[in-house]
Amino acid sequence: MYVLARRLAFYAVTAYVAVSVNFFLPHMMPGDPVETMIASAGGQLDQRSVEALKAQFGVDTGQSLWAQYWHYWGQLLQGNLGISISKYPSTVSQTIGAALWWTVILVGTATVISFILGTAIGAIVGWRRGSVLDNLLPAATFFQAIPYFFLATVLLYLFAEKWHVFPNADFKSYDTNNYVIGLNPGFIGSAVQHAILPALTIVLASVAGWIVGMRNMMVTTMDEDYVLVAQAKGLPKRRVIWYAARNAVLPSISSFANALSFVVAGSLLTELVFSYQGIGSLLLNAVQSEDYPLIQGIFLIITFAVLAANLLADTVYVLLDPRTRQEG
Amino acid sequence: MRILRNRKTLSGVILLLLFVFLAVFGPTLAPYQPLAIVGKPWEGPSGSHWFGTTQEGYDVWSQFLNGARSILIISFLSGVIATVLSVIIGVAAGYFGGLADNFLSMLANIFLVLPALPFLIVINSYLPAGNKASTALMAAIISLTGWAWGARVLRSQTLSLRKRDFVDAAGISGERAWRIIGFEIVPNLVPVIASSFLFTTLYAMGTYVALTFVGAVDVNAPWSWGSMLFWAQADQAAASGAWVWFAAPGVAVALLGTSLALLNFGIDEFINPRLRAAGLSRKGLRAVGVTRRHTLGLTPVVRPAADAVVVSPAEIIEETV
Repeated sequence: MYVLARRLAFYAVTAYVAVSVNFFLPHMMPGDPVETMIASAGGQLDQRSVEALKAQFGVDTGQSLWAQYWHYWGQLLQGNLGISISKYPSTVSQTIGAALWWTVILVGTATVISFILGTAIGAIVGWRRGSVLDNLLPAATFFQAIPYFFLATVLLYLFAEKWHVFPNADFKSYDTNNYVIGLNPGFIGSAVQHAILPALTIVLASVAGWIVGMRNMMVTTMDEDYVLVAQAKGLPKRRVIWYAARNAVLPSISSFANALSFVVAGSLLTELVFSYQGIGSLLLNAVQSEDYPLIQGIFLIITFAVLAANLLADTVYVLLDPRTRQEG
Repeated sequence: MRILRNRKTLSGVILLLLFVFLAVFGPTLAPYQPLAIVGKPWEGPSGSHWFGTTQEGYDVWSQFLNGARSILIISFLSGVIATVLSVIIGVAAGYFGGLADNFLSMLANIFLVLPALPFLIVINSYLPAGNKASTALMAAIISLTGWAWGARVLRSQTLSLRKRDFVDAAGISGERAWRIIGFEIVPNLVPVIASSFLFTTLYAMGTYVALTFVGAVDVNAPWSWGSMLFWAQADQAAASGAWVWFAAPGVAVALLGTSLALLNFGIDEFINPRLRAAGLSRKGLRAVGVTRRHTLGLTPVVRPAADAVVVSPAEIIEETV
């Protein structure tokens, strides 16, 4: 438990740093973000929103930077992330709330599938080292280097435009014309149908990393004495692989943090290609319309989500590896 | 160069040289400017426009030839900056230990956990328009998120080197800390540094292309394969049948990434003998007289057997797949 408490403290510090960076960055940059936003909103904003924006970015308020910083924290802890310019008059929290679940479900499911699949394949390839299966590695390397969004474009072109297996043109999260969001079979079916291609993209692009990592670890683990003993005892081969794989998978889980950053980045772009109405598309729209409060809010939400996923991976690690549970 | 005998590494080097050639001579070889209207919209591939034209009537082949340079410059520059940062921070943390180590390790871990691409998008969105086109600034900003992984690896390597006898000997004979680091530790880290450099360059390339594709940086200057992908996406090239427009830059980026990854594989096998032996093909093993069954707990080791022909290590590696 000591391990988990220490990780928790670390994530708290990371969250604190992310929030602080988010606050100080616009203050350090040259130029006035509020002016830009008012200009790009083109007179849509009423006096009150302009005041709110000025308060949020500390323009003409006469407050010290320090006072503004604490004010920002106060607002944040109340869940107030400001108002969105491009989706005016919605607040940032409302806008993000509508998009968040699409991304969490899509990216979460795809990542879990990719991890399990990649680890299983990696274990087998590592076990049969030097066989034809090793030829998978260069192919895996190539897939690792393909940008997510390029793979997404290719899949969209082939499956939707050419072969019409999936809905095409204006690919969305579900068929907006015929269904409403809710627990009805029509909507769920449509949502799943629209999620297959983006999920396939994320799995294909990220699975190679898990395969290569697991394979290399498996090759190293198989030289350990306990694996040899297990084999010498005459245990069935499947059991021996299982013992080796259980130990080889630990570094994969502890490198989850590193990998997740790539998966998140790739998923944001995949959403753009498929016009999937999640956080990624929202962030890109926000960038294009210079909607700074929305950009900041999305960055914070993504950071918190990534930290939560990491904490989950740490918990799994502690459950799997008894050594971490020892006192002292 | 023993390392070049590895087939993976060799193909990586050849591929990379191809891209360097494209970066140096591409803009000269291109028949047109990337953003010059030279044809009708959506022309298919033909003799005058090898890759067809875009929605605006730009020549796709010229866009492609012009696209390599800025990507290569930014990726390598960013790789260099991030590697220098990671060597300084990682080696210092590992060598000095104590409070400095705690602080630097924490800093590295924070940067590893923060989602890099959203972070870069936030930074770039605040940059004034004039600065977004600066190559050096772009490389510096990307390297800000790229150093942490290398620093962590170098720190753990330094920790194990610090306990070796030769470092102790240098310390006892009164060498100063910077001299021990510079002449005893860093030379022993060169393969790790090289691997970390390649990884960071690969990361920077992917990130730069992604940032351009998103439109978080100036899309048209400097022109790159990212710009092509951005416009191909914006103008729905796939739906209009102009698939070369997005396929050419996409495949090029993937191949450039593969070449860096292949080089990295070679270095990995160079550092870790177990991976090297595991990578030996049947043919390679037979050449050196090792018969291998499907055995467990045994890394095939190359020993000059009494009756086998003695083969130099270089030839063994050459046979490695």
